[in-house]
Amino acid sequence: MSVGMNVGMEVKNLQMHFGGIVVADDINLTLKPGDRKALIGPNGAGKTTFANLLTGNLTPTGGSIHLDGQNIAHLRESQRVKAGVAKTFQITTLFKKMSVRENIRLPILERTGLGTKMFKKAEAYPEVEAEVEQMMTQFNLRAHADIEVHELAYGQQRLVELALTLALKPRILILDEPSAGVAASDSHMITDAIERLPKDLSVLIIEHDMKLVFKVANKIIVLVNGAILCEGTPAEIGKNQQVRDLYLGARHDT
Amino acid sequence: MQETQIKPAENLAQTAAPARSRKFLIKLLIDLALIGVGIAAYFIFPDNLGFITRILIMIILVLSLDLVLGYAGVATLGHAALFGAGAYGAGLFAVYFSADPLLGLLVGAIVGAIIAFISGLFLMRAHGLTLLMLTIAVAQILQEIINKERAITGGSDGLLGIDMDPIFGIYAFDFFGKTGYLYALTVLVIVFFALKILVASPFGAMAKGIHESAPRMRAIGTPVYWRLVGIYTISGFIAGIAGAVSAQVTELVSLEAFGFALSAEAMVMLILGGLGRLYGAIIGTVIFMVVHHTAASIDPFNWLFVIGTMVLIVVYFVPEGFMGLPVKLRRWLRWQK
Ligand SMILES: Nc1ncnc2c1ncn2[C@@H]1O[C@H](COP(=O)(O)OP(=O)(O)O)[C@@H](O)[C@H]1O
Ligand SMILES: [Mg+2]
Repeated sequence: MSVGMNVGMEVKNLQMHFGGIVVADDINLTLKPGDRKALIGPNGAGKTTFANLLTGNLTPTGGSIHLDGQNIAHLRESQRVKAGVAKTFQITTLFKKMSVRENIRLPILERTGLGTKMFKKAEAYPEVEAEVEQMMTQFNLRAHADIEVHELAYGQQRLVELALTLALKPRILILDEPSAGVAASDSHMITDAIERLPKDLSVLIIEHDMKLVFKVANKIIVLVNGAILCEGTPAEIGKNQQVRDLYLGARHDT
Repeated sequence: MQETQIKPAENLAQTAAPARSRKFLIKLLIDLALIGVGIAAYFIFPDNLGFITRILIMIILVLSLDLVLGYAGVATLGHAALFGAGAYGAGLFAVYFSADPLLGLLVGAIVGAIIAFISGLFLMRAHGLTLLMLTIAVAQILQEIINKERAITGGSDGLLGIDMDPIFGIYAFDFFGKTGYLYALTVLVIVFFALKILVASPFGAMAKGIHESAPRMRAIGTPVYWRLVGIYTISGFIAGIAGAVSAQVTELVSLEAFGFALSAEAMVMLILGGLGRLYGAIIGTVIFMVVHHTAASIDPFNWLFVIGTMVLIVVYFVPEGFMGLPVKLRRWLRWQK
């Protein structure tokens, strides 16, 4: 069967412009199960915009996004999530005044179709609660289960966001700068969590921290001014003089 | 497999059980005490039943607003649109079709829900100031329609000729408002407990989630817009109930049911009491209306000054409203030590 051929996400000639500014210029990308691809590039290159185009937060002005052979470019964000595309935000976006447990409960309720139930308590579904516990265990969050998220250290908030996003059981996971803003002493928590993600998940990670990128990615894509400059293995990208000049070099200076 | 998965949740439920059941008991006692107050008022203030009935009806309206504003975080200054829809729905039904109170109550609720759904379809796409303006506009448009159709609705003279049948064919609405009071109290108690269940449910949790972060809700796959339309429709159902009870108990509906003053006062009452707690709707409404009543009877011209000052003080010192006072006090006492 040809199903195997199409499994994963395939982005073709994706275009996006805000008025006259082109932020996605003919981008092509595939994400197969188990892929760990990193998207790097200077600030303003269009990385976040690209992520938003994939999740449906923004609608592309051209091109197509296929998931398992189906074009999903016309689907709304919530529908794409249900199709299996999920992302974490560059700036953590959580339910700040809810506890860790409540934060993780919501996506599970939504995913399992319980989100519109009105007559039982939100915490009265044992299978949901079991899953909440399991996610908290997986991300070392059990000790903070009943603490409101805004009281947690930023690194831990990042973990909550990862747990919450993974609770959607996505097949395509997009991480927009997961280590941005995290204290250096806590960044290993993020790296560990990313390394422990399910093996068959497709992960696209947008990241400035090159240590993290080189540790988790097996393919790096360099985006400049909305267009792909080059892509290759970490070793290839590390040696690429153009990339060093444009991006890595600039980072090393600062 | 199944067993090992469920275990952690069970363990947790066991360790947290005593504390949770004690909390549940305290809350139940508070609720029973509140109902007790409602019943006691019936005997203590037999001459003021009309006024207290108005308080009960207003509590229902403010509760419905709490669902939208307090839980889902959608600011509206047009909640009277839904109240008025319920009031005219039940009133017209009583005049032209059937004077049965419970049937009329259901009609008022449904009309409120329908108006909420239709207006919600475009209101829930708007935000901030635009939304506020649009909600005001909806109430004014409805008011104008009712005003224009004076042959049917009585226009600015109000809808006259409502003569309700006895409830269940037994309990007639009396001149002293005894039946009306107990009727309003019963409806309020039912609405309150229904809302308590609703806000604790997954649907309620989703409403709070939308309030906290709509982008995050979309990112977990929630169709935020449709949920908001749903919440607004339920709120319309309840506001419609408030309007219907008002029409039935006073046997009069006027254009003021759609008035901006009503929308604004409902919002002030809710902010006074505290958003997103249900109890805040009760306490805020009672305090506002009692202060208003007392101040207006002492000085019919300057009562607004008293209300204004009270609102200023509360918003400045206890932004969480009266329901935030216990926490504030506890923190203050700890600080004193
Ligand atoms: N909603 C928007 N309207 C107009 N311009 C935008 C919008 N969002 C992003 N941009 C612009 O698009 C470019 C790419 O932004 P972004 O995707 O956030 O870059 P990156 O994540 O790589 O730092 C920037 O120049 C930014 O100013
Ligand atoms: Mg970015």
